[in-house]
Amino acid sequence: MTSTTTLAAALPAEHRARLLEAAHEVSFPVGSRLFEEGRHADRFWIVRSGTVTLDLHIPGRRAAVIESLGHGELVGWSWHFPPYVWQLGAEATSPVRAWEFDARTVRAMCADDAEFGRAVAVWVGRVVAHRLHSARIRLLDLYAPYGSGSRR
Amino acid sequence: MTCAPVPYRVVRARTETADTVSLTVAPAGPSGLPPFAPGQFAMVHAFGAGEIPLSTSCIDGPELTHTVRAVGAVSAALCRLRTGDRVGMRGPFGTGWEVDRAVGGDLLVVAGGIGLAPLLPVVDAARAAPHAYGRLNLLVGARAPADLLHAHRLCTWATSPGPPHCLVTVDRPAPGWRGRVGVVTSLLNGARFDPGNTTAFVCGPEVMIRALARDLVHRGLPPHRVRVSLERTMHCGTGHCGHCQLGGVLLCRDGPVTGWDRAAPLLSVREL
Repeated sequence: MTSTTTLAAALPAEHRARLLEAAHEVSFPVGSRLFEEGRHADRFWIVRSGTVTLDLHIPGRRAAVIESLGHGELVGWSWHFPPYVWQLGAEATSPVRAWEFDARTVRAMCADDAEFGRAVAVWVGRVVAHRLHSARIRLLDLYAPYGSGSRR
Repeated sequence: MTCAPVPYRVVRARTETADTVSLTVAPAGPSGLPPFAPGQFAMVHAFGAGEIPLSTSCIDGPELTHTVRAVGAVSAALCRLRTGDRVGMRGPFGTGWEVDRAVGGDLLVVAGGIGLAPLLPVVDAARAAPHAYGRLNLLVGARAPADLLHAHRLCTWATSPGPPHCLVTVDRPAPGWRGRVGVVTSLLNGARFDPGNTTAFVCGPEVMIRALARDLVHRGLPPHRVRVSLERTMHCGTGHCGHCQLGGVLLCRDGPVTGWDRAAPLLSVREL
């Protein structure tokens, strides 16, 4: 498992160019919310600059920040899988410039061109697998004393 | 190298975190130990408690700084020391980072948790000779903002153009934390280096070392240029007792710093 899940590293050039044809540039000021947990996942983004944090709503408490995403990284994968509902929220923690994609348009492109659709699915799958692996590693609490587990 | 402890006195004790202290020690007598290279370690004796291996987090002539985390009886005793208290020191032991072998290329210094301490002399050496090296990257992972070692230096570096180009991430952000959240490998995407002409220096939990080294090799770094620091129970420091054996390697003598080409097979065997 490597951290090379950025668009440039994970999607072949021809498919990358095709995907970017469907993008338009957007920017978000600090503190703006890109999406909210439980809402319809109708868009996704690739970060060009700045940082986006993913967070989880905890009733009665401050939202817990799960992960932060930076240059080249995919923000949002729930748009790719039914029921197309965001599992987390997202917020710009610094001024963010990004490419924004309409989810319905990209899903239609994937349906029309099986090779392109497979490439996008593999890319999104790699992103999800990488984030799952990272979450599992963090469950180990490696930096705590004896965080790697007790000695045999 | 000496087998008898040499008396040193504490000249400074600075609290880093709730359980970690940086102790600066200097020879108590007319002469101290031979010079330490970055990455080498000392056996530090807390009188009445015992002896543990400690790497150096700063080397300033005869003064050595050790960053100690209180996780056992000896380390807790060391963390309680105050200015003027005495310790016994043996060393220097083991292989160093060999920073001079990285001259002419980019440097990637990656630390997890307490692993930052032995890497700070690498950063200091590279900053002292900026024209000898390419781009200097420092990537740091910690459990939470309150657990960051040498936070004042990291904060300065992370908010200035550098060198070093410093990126910090934590697993559990506190309210108000504006930095990155996630595993330290995720910082690689923000580092500035040419994989074909880079030397990486990595220290932290072995799970982190393994994931990071594999990632770096995947990105094109030759395994021997990924220098990692391994840890087992050091006891004699001279390769005689065998407490620190890892496969065919005695880490107190043949390590703690070694190339990933040598470390990879050792960290992939379940029984070791």
